[in-house]
Amino acid sequence: DGSDDNEEGSTVENEETAKGTDKGRKRATPRTRRSHARGRARHGDEEDDDEEFGTRRAGPRRHRSRRRGRAAGNEASDSDMEPEKARKNQANQKSKEDDEEEEDEKGGKSGKGKNEKKGEKKPDKKGKKEKANKKKKDKKKSGSGSDSESEEEPITEEELAKLKEEVEEKKKLIATLRNKPWKMKKKLSVLKEAQLFVEKFEGALGKGKGKKFYAYKVMMMKKWMKFQRDFENFKTACIPWEMKIKEIESHFGSSVASYFIFLRWMYGINMILFGLTFGLVMVPEALMGKPYGSLPRKTVPRAEEATAMNFATLWDFSGFAQYSVLFYGYYNNQRTIGWLKFRMPLSYFLVGVGSIGYSFMIVTRTMAKNANDDGGGDDTSFNFSWKMFTSWDYLIGNPETADNKFASITTSFKEAIVEEQESRKEENIHLTRFLRVLANFLALCTLAGSGYLIFFVVRRSQQFALEGLENYGWWERNEVNTVMSLLGMFCPTLFDVISSLENYHPRIALRWQLGRIFALFLGNLYTFIIALMDEINLKARYFLSFTLEEEKIVKYNMTIWEASLYNGTIPENSTAPPIQVDPADVPRGPCWETMVGQEFVRLTVSDMMTTYITILIGDFLRAVFVRFFNYCWCWDLEYGFPSYSEFDISGNVLGLIFNQGMIWMGSFYAPCLPAINVFRLHTSMYLQCWAVMCCNVPQERVFKASRSNNFYMAMLLFILFLSTLPAVYTIVSIPPSFDCGPFSGKTRMFEVISETLEHDFPSWFGKVFGYASNPGLILPFILLMVLSIYYLNATSKSYKEANLELKKKLQSVRIENH
Amino acid sequence: AEGSGAMGGSASLIPRELLGEYQELTFLSKQEILLAYKRFSELLPKEERENACSARVPKSQILTLPELRANPFQHRICHVFSTSEAGDDSMSFEDFLDMLSVFSDSATSDIKSHYAFRIFDFDDDGTLDRKDLEQLVNCLTGQGEESRLSSAEMEQLIQNILEESDIDKDGTINLSEFQHVVSRSPDFARCGGVQV
Repeated sequence: DGSDDNEEGSTVENEETAKGTDKGRKRATPRTRRSHARGRARHGDEEDDDEEFGTRRAGPRRHRSRRRGRAAGNEASDSDMEPEKARKNQANQKSKEDDEEEEDEKGGKSGKGKNEKKGEKKPDKKGKKEKANKKKKDKKKSGSGSDSESEEEPITEEELAKLKEEVEEKKKLIATLRNKPWKMKKKLSVLKEAQLFVEKFEGALGKGKGKKFYAYKVMMMKKWMKFQRDFENFKTACIPWEMKIKEIESHFGSSVASYFIFLRWMYGINMILFGLTFGLVMVPEALMGKPYGSLPRKTVPRAEEATAMNFATLWDFSGFAQYSVLFYGYYNNQRTIGWLKFRMPLSYFLVGVGSIGYSFMIVTRTMAKNANDDGGGDDTSFNFSWKMFTSWDYLIGNPETADNKFASITTSFKEAIVEEQESRKEENIHLTRFLRVLANFLALCTLAGSGYLIFFVVRRSQQFALEGLENYGWWERNEVNTVMSLLGMFCPTLFDVISSLENYHPRIALRWQLGRIFALFLGNLYTFIIALMDEINLKARYFLSFTLEEEKIVKYNMTIWEASLYNGTIPENSTAPPIQVDPADVPRGPCWETMVGQEFVRLTVSDMMTTYITILIGDFLRAVFVRFFNYCWCWDLEYGFPSYSEFDISGNVLGLIFNQGMIWMGSFYAPCLPAINVFRLHTSMYLQCWAVMCCNVPQERVFKASRSNNFYMAMLLFILFLSTLPAVYTIVSIPPSFDCGPFSGKTRMFEVISETLEHDFPSWFGKVFGYASNPGLILPFILLMVLSIYYLNATSKSYKEANLELKKKLQSVRIENH
Repeated sequence: AEGSGAMGGSASLIPRELLGEYQELTFLSKQEILLAYKRFSELLPKEERENACSARVPKSQILTLPELRANPFQHRICHVFSTSEAGDDSMSFEDFLDMLSVFSDSATSDIKSHYAFRIFDFDDDGTLDRKDLEQLVNCLTGQGEESRLSSAEMEQLIQNILEESDIDKDGTINLSEFQHVVSRSPDFARCGGVQV
């Protein structure tokens, strides 16, 4: 870039010399560059890439002004600065700015005089820039003929454009001013001067063509900036729990706080999902759909009515809870409802798909942002330097935590030194390997064992269901959920114990631990799903083969039963008005979607209860015990076993992620799930914040696993993908129940789309859509996307390599120079 | 000058224009600046509180802030951000704002690394040489005797650091080398964050 400018400068300079300037080469070069209307917008902070303290100047504009302003050549330092600044400053600095700067900063020098002259000239609508250039080149007004206009013409488009650029430059400077490492005084004065300039010339720019429009545009920009800033302030004020999290940060360091920040972020996502399901699915049905009791699917069957309002039934999400907007089965399949003609089935479908799409989008976006922040740093080449320069956690405000931090930094230094110094120990490598293999084997056994246990328990619960749940107590009813929650609680501890066999470096050990816990949760969830799906499939297959039969049977039953109300005869033509039958008495078809939704809701609720109870018992009671029984116990409870607990970040984060996976899986069948989750996260935040401050101590090994940030995001993305598979599978291949839900009566759920296209859109739209969804079009499109992914991957690899090459080159060049 | 929005609920003793300018020039939001003002004026003795904008707080008072109390670099931070001509490292309100701005979450890593370099440069000579690095390590390992590194370990550590970061092999780390190393660290962007 620099060489580019030099070339450009020299060519123009030749021009200028041809035109008879009598300035020295050095002075002419930057000025001619300036006069050469390049108009490249350079960012203000580029000016600030000074590497040494010594070369830092008062400001880029000042540089240029000093460089250009002294037409009388009264500053020798001017030419000294030029080569340096010539590197950085570009041609689009216009003279007006410099003059303004001179006026504001220096004062009392020859520049000022020129300024005033120029200022006077401006209202005369002379060629500002050319005039200024001329003056600077020739010390006085003698023109060198570089401008082509006469004195009396109004401001030309070219000048207008140049002036606009100057103003834009100043505005950019104002915007980037906070990023400059100057003292506040300096920043204030630069700001004031830039603002004055902008104000003064924005008015002037308004003259000429389009003046009114320009002034209006400027005013709107100002209003927009003001609005943006107010909005930013408002947004910052709106972020919930900020003070709480900051307090935790100062006590425990940033890694514990990162869990709470993650929790808050999840809360935000769930709020949006809740908004979608509540506003577009639950509320319309509640307000505009048929009320409770009007249809069979919306009424509690007669047989269950007696217990429908019991707390036990409600806690189990049957009874009245089941026959309400909370679950899939309540919704009617009417195409439009209410006076708004709200398309309920379409809305249900789109909200389901949209929630998943939104979740994908936001998780990917956050991952990309995190990856950006990382600086693409997968480098391990700066191990020591990072330990040195970035290991201190500035958020720590508590001396005890600080002491821990000191200790851990020292340990990490010593460890790193030792690792670096010693070569790998050859002794005992066989023992280590054997132990590691053994550990992995044990972990696999645990995983397999827990998977089998879940499968077994789900099967048993199906048996119980077949035999009627009333015969069994609380345990049998809630077996599945409790078992899953207990497994989730105890297995990670087991993994921890197993990992002590392995003798890895703590960071690697953490990764293994996280991986195993991940596999555990995933295995559990999927076993659960498979068992559930098995059951549904069984029923579905049963239904599929007997569906039409069953439908006929049920409908026949209904007809007969209706007829029995007509006293005997089965009417061929029901010309008689339909008798008002209480919907509670109508025989029902099966409704597997509601059943699935109920399972998920129960699972979520039991998970929530387990977490809270664990916190209360595991953390709070333990802390109380240690604190108060320490006086009368044989050994020191606080230092030995059990001592106060530390906050288990990875366990909690994983729990959160898997909980979210369950929500994503189940929210299509139970629109109430996001609402329950919002409530759960809200209370979790308060409970855990209190528990952490009250019962936990700062961790002994305070090492930041901050690179794990994207690891958690990647897990979240993976879980999201896996969670949406079951829902997608059911949408595409399983026929919806014929007697309940918004899709009853259709052969497949996605038919609602084609139905909408038929009825609500003009016919050509349907044709276009039909063409677009042709496999002949979609397959090449998929191929194109795969190819572009491959291409982007290849380019990024090549960039990385180029980076490495440059680094090496840099090193070798420097070595040569010494 | 662009004034800030008319949201001044409590009686703010910062004139509105100045408040707008401070918002423009720092990474802090309006609420944070007002909170900073409050905290700053609490550090002053009662008589001077009216004039907090132009008063200077002595270093000993600044060090009582909870964020700086436990910080091993407290003295350097005060020194770097102070514009006191008397060399006593006292801070004015604007210095205080500068400090909070650099340590806030929204500050760019550019400016953070810039100031971090100046903080680590114990002898203010514009580069990090061996002595600076030694002092840095000693700050980080705390004050206790048992937690300090032995001189052999220190030697080894500094050797490793210079190997990694000193690109031109002149035995010191200058600003660009420092920024190069630190910008790649995933931890750096999150570091800093003085609570307002």
